[in-house]
Parts: sequence; C-alpha cells; structure tokens
Amino acid sequence: MIVSQMQGMVIDNTQKKSGWYEMELSTPSFASDAQPGQFLHIKTGDGNYPLLRRPFSICDFDKDTGRLFLMYKLLGSGTEWLSNVMSGGYVDIIGPLGRGFTYPAPGARVILVGGGIGIAPLLYLARRLTERKCRLLMFYGAEERCQLSALNKFKRLGVGTDVATRDGSAGFTGLVTDLVQQKIASEKADVIYTCGPEIMMAKVAAIAAQYQIPGELSLEEYMACGVGACLGCARKLKTRDDNFIKICKDGPVFSFSQMEFDLN
Amino acid sequence: MSTRRKNFSEQSVLETVDLSVNLGGLCLKNPVTVASGTFGYGREYEPFVDISRLGAVIVKGTTLKPNSGNPAPRIYETASGMLNSIGLENPGIEDFLNIHLPYLLERGVSVIANIAGNTLEEYETLGAMIRKQSGVAAIELNISCPNVKKGGMHFGTDPDMVFQVVNAVKKATDLPVIPKLSPNVSDITIIAQAAQAGGANALSMINTLMGMAIDIEKRKPVLGNIFGGLSGPAIKPVALRMIYQVHREIDIPILGGGGIMSATDALEFIMAGSSAVSIGTGNFVQPGISVQVINELADYMIANNIPRISDLIGAAVRK
Ligand SMILES: Cc1cc2nc3c(=O)[nH]c(=O)nc-3n(C[C@H](O)[C@H](O)[C@H](O)COP(=O)(O)OP(=O)(O)OC[C@H]3O[C@@H](n4cnc5c(N)ncnc54)[C@H](O)[C@@H]3O)c2cc1C
Ligand SMILES: Cc1cc2nc3c(=O)[nH]c(=O)nc-3n(C[C@H](O)[C@H](O)[C@H](O)COP(=O)(O)O)c2cc1C
Ligand code: FES
Repeated sequence: MIVSQMQGMVIDNTQKKSGWYEMELSTPSFASDAQPGQFLHIKTGDGNYPLLRRPFSICDFDKDTGRLFLMYKLLGSGTEWLSNVMSGGYVDIIGPLGRGFTYPAPGARVILVGGGIGIAPLLYLARRLTERKCRLLMFYGAEERCQLSALNKFKRLGVGTDVATRDGSAGFTGLVTDLVQQKIASEKADVIYTCGPEIMMAKVAAIAAQYQIPGELSLEEYMACGVGACLGCARKLKTRDDNFIKICKDGPVFSFSQMEFDLN
Repeated sequence: MSTRRKNFSEQSVLETVDLSVNLGGLCLKNPVTVASGTFGYGREYEPFVDISRLGAVIVKGTTLKPNSGNPAPRIYETASGMLNSIGLENPGIEDFLNIHLPYLLERGVSVIANIAGNTLEEYETLGAMIRKQSGVAAIELNISCPNVKKGGMHFGTDPDMVFQVVNAVKKATDLPVIPKLSPNVSDITIIAQAAQAGGANALSMINTLMGMAIDIEKRKPVLGNIFGGLSGPAIKPVALRMIYQVHREIDIPILGGGGIMSATDALEFIMAGSSAVSIGTGNFVQPGISVQVINELADYMIANNIPRISDLIGAAVRK
C-alpha cells in the first residue's frame, strides 16, 4: 500500500438527503489498493486558515477506475471549505493512511454497527466483505430519520439492515446498542465491526465481550501530520497502559480486546 | 515567485547556485532543515521527501530515558497555527543512537540531535553520549525544559542557567552546540548573549510560544496539559523580530524558524539574520514543503542573480 500525495479531481460534491455531503474524486494515481478503515488527510483550505489537514475515512474506492468516495458531515471551517469545492475543482489529499479493518475468514457471519456519520468507512468494508462472500447484517443508529437514506448503498450490496431512531420515527425506538443487545444472541456472528460515537462503540464492545465475539472499531482524535510523526493524536487504549498509541498510525482501527472503556 | 521559474528547479540548476551555508562550523549543503518534533525520524516522510536533499534533519527532543509524554488531547488548531503539548515523548537516547540514527545516516543526510534534560547533569550525560564518532553533525539543545533542581524553573528563561547548561554540554561533546532559545522571555538578547558566552556555536530560534485554548462547553482547557506551544504562521512575525534583534547583538550564526510555509518566508528569515532555517508545522500541511523550499530558493537566486545564498544573510538588518 503506497502512500502518496495527489490532487484529486472532484467529479461530484453534493449534499444528499441524509444531510451529509458525498464527494466523488477521480484519483488515477492513487494507491493500487486501499484497506477499508484507512483514511485520507485532506487540505481543506487554500491558505493558512484552516491550516491543518482534516482526516476523512475512505467511504468507497474503485481501484479499477481510480474513483474515491467520501461522505462527510458539515462541522466547522474545514468541512465548510470542502463543501464549497465545485465539480472540476481539485482537492489535495494524502493517503491511504493508517491501519484499517482486518478481514474475517471468507463466508463469515458479520455484524456491522454504525452510528451517524460513522457509517462512512463501513460502506467500503461492506463492499470488500461481500466480495469475500461474508454474510452481513448492519445495525444502524440514526440521529435523524433522513440519515437512513445513507443505508440504500448498503442495501444495494445485499446487506441486511436493521435501524434504530431515538424518536421512533423509523425502526426500533431507542439506541442502536439496545437493538444490538436484543438481536445479537440469535445472529451467531463471527465478528463485529463498528464505527460511530465513542460511547456507542464502547457499548458494542461490551456486548461483544458478553457473547465472546471478536471485533474492531475505529477511533478519532485531532490530527496534525496524519502520518505518525508529530505524536499529536495520542491516546491510551487501557488506563494502565504505559504508552500512548497514535491513532493515525497504529489505528484508526483497533480490536475490542485492545481497548478498555469507562462506561460510567 | 517560483511559478514563473519552475523549470529551473532541476538538479543541474541547483549546482549553478551556491546554497551551502556554515552554521557555526557545521557545513550544510543548503539552508533548509526540518524542525525538531515535526519530522519524526524521517521514516514517515519518506513517501513525500527525498530526505537526502535536506540541509539537515533535526530529530525529536531526546531524553536520557524513554518518555511517554503528556496526556491527550495534545494538539489543537488555532488561528493560522496550532498548539501542541506532546511533552517530549521519545524512545530515549539509546534507541535514538541504535535504531533511528543509523536509518537517517543511511539516507545520506546530516543529522542534528535535539537533547532535553531535567538537570544540568542530564544534559552533560547526553552531550557526552553524542559525539563526532556517533555520526551526528551537531547538537541542538532544547533549553525550554523545567529544571527540577531549581523548582521547575525553565532553563531557557534564566541567563545564568543558560550559560551553565551550554557550557556543560560544550565541555562534554566535540560537536557544534546549538542552544534552541525559548521566546517566552522578556529580553531574548540577554539569553542569546548568555548562550554565546557559554560557548554556543550557533543559536536556534524560536521554539514555540506558550499558549492555551478553552473548550467553552466543558468549561475546561482543551489540552490535557492545559498549556501548549504555539507554532505555525501565527508566530512568524514574532520569530522574525527576535532573530533580527539577536542578529544585531551577537556574532554567532542563527538557525531561524517559526511559521515558515514558503521560500518567501525562508528568505525573510535569512534576510533577518538566519544562516539556516527550520520548517516545522509546515511539514504537516505540505509534507513535501522542505524540498519545495530548497528548489524555490534556487529559482529565486537565479532570477535575481544571486550566486551565493550566504550573501543574503542579514541583508535586511540595520546594524
Ligand atoms: C480517522 C478519521 C476518519 C474520519 N472520517 C470522517 C468521515 O468519513 N466523515 C466525516 O464527516 N468526518 C470524519 N472524521 C471527522 C473529521 O475529521 C472532522 O469532522 C473534521 O476534521 C472537522 O473539521 P472542521 O474544520 O469542519 O471542523 P473543526 O472546526 O475542526 O471542528 C468543529 C467541531 O468539531 C469538533 N471536532 C473536529 N474534529 C474532531 C475530531 N477528530 N474528534 C473530535 N472532535 C472533533 C471540534 O471540537 C469542533 O467543536 C474522521 C476523523 C478521523 C480521525
Ligand atoms: C508537534 C510538535 C512537536 C515539537 N517537538 C519539539 C521537540 O521535541 N523539541 C524541540 O526543540 N522543539 C519541538 N517543537 C518545536 C519546533 O521544532 C519548532 O521550533 C516550532 O514548532 C516553530 O516552528 P514552526 O512554526 O515551523 O513549527 C515541536 C513543534 C511541534 C508543532
Ligand atoms: S497526527 Fe501526527 S502522529 Fe498522528
């Protein structure tokens, strides 16, 4: 997997029904392959403000056509800048970076648990796992009903979906983790992958531990270099650990067994 | 400046202009170095930079024993800059000498070690471990560290302590010693003079400016360590001013940096009195920036008929 810097040409960059933006980039010189869970470090501004690059998960990638897809949520000045890039314009990207998800055995029964914009890396993962003949079921927690539209891409891959909304406007009423807790026993999953708010991932990991199912999650931290040089994106996975791991280089994907969460 | 002249950025052209500089006995093939703590030990930048092109690589602040660093979060972006409180996380001097240094030397680049201690004795021991035979080209002395024996007062803020620490390391090593001055003092020229009197071969300036940020929702400081060092374009005017002041008062050369993002910025530092420059935060934004600046400096010299970059050092300073 060769890391490089390149100018990706924007094919499409529009706000979708989900409220999030989806960006399609033409990147013929991008790495010949990228792992699901890896990310891109993007210069989201022309000058010195915002200064630092912003990390975004690879939401999908077609290595034959060199097309990269991102899905992003408008937050601050960086994503604001990104949302204003027109088709035909260019964005400066570095990637693929970090350590992505590891694949289960072909044909494995897989549960995906996504929350909010955390759905982004799970799409590319789902594509790769369906290619490996895995049986996938996706549990998704939406902040708002409109976000469920992002699930259509999963459905097109043949992934079964089950959703939860806080207000009960669709699917299960409540937290997606409560839905997972209810359904997990009957699913007999071999592995669980999750991405979303950290509290959600912590609960998923706790449920997985209860049923002795291995799994992986994707963590976030502010980043400067994105390549493991500045030691800025540091964090201790377990409180007793002596050393800080670097999210950008050692992660962003970690296994449940590496982690310890404070659920209180 | 450079876009008109892009075609000059070839190796052959680099040979027609003289980019070499002398930094207190340390000869660099060009004035561009990468700043301590911003370039790892070079490995991470291999995909973006031909490391052998650099004037020197200044490595992460190295302590006697491995150090795990400060609690997270450690970085935060601010207007045209960033705060960091990494807390000198590093694998210790042994690993630096045995693992990381050989890697860099194999790349054919000059390596400047950056050392940090908690006591005068620690600095001395580190100095004695890094000598010519190790392959290191010079020692940058991080004096923005708390002196545990003096109640945590920073070495770099007291002229007597600066004199002592520079002098001690000078005696311990046979390499050029380059103290890195902290800008968090009321008169930088007094500190610079103390370092010169202590035997410094050159001065590196500036280190980061102390700052902080507040999370208004949590009503807490953002950084795990409360305070952090400000770097990036936001500090460039302060760095230039300090280098200009110090260049007027001292005789030894200056390795200048603080917010360099382009060859134009580098030229400002050189004209303010820097013999060489260091690029830090800029590497995070444009990983290839260091080599780009070298190429653009050569373009500038050709376009403006300047045979030697050293002719520009201090060109803007009124003595
Ligand atoms: C590995 C990785 C993959 C990511 N993938 C995606 C993705 O696919 N789609 C997507 O929309 N976002 C993703 N993110 C998050 C994305 O990087 C941030 O939303 C983005 O940097 C915000 O930039 P901004 O300038 O718009 O907002 P800023 O002005 O930087 O921040 C706006 C607000 O968001 C908070 N914030 C910003 N970044 C972070 C962070 N990393 N962690 C915690 N809080 C933060 C800030 O505190 C602030 O309150 C990812 C992050 C990581 C680390
Ligand atoms: C993430 C980070 C880590 C740093 N670590 C060190 C260090 O270990 N030792 C040191 O002397 N300076 C360290 N610095 C300071 C830089 O070497 C440099 O002096 C400073 O950032 C100003 O230059 P810049 O604006 O180009 O970044 C660090 C700076 C940053 C941003
Ligand atoms: S962002 Fe620099 S080490 Fe991770």
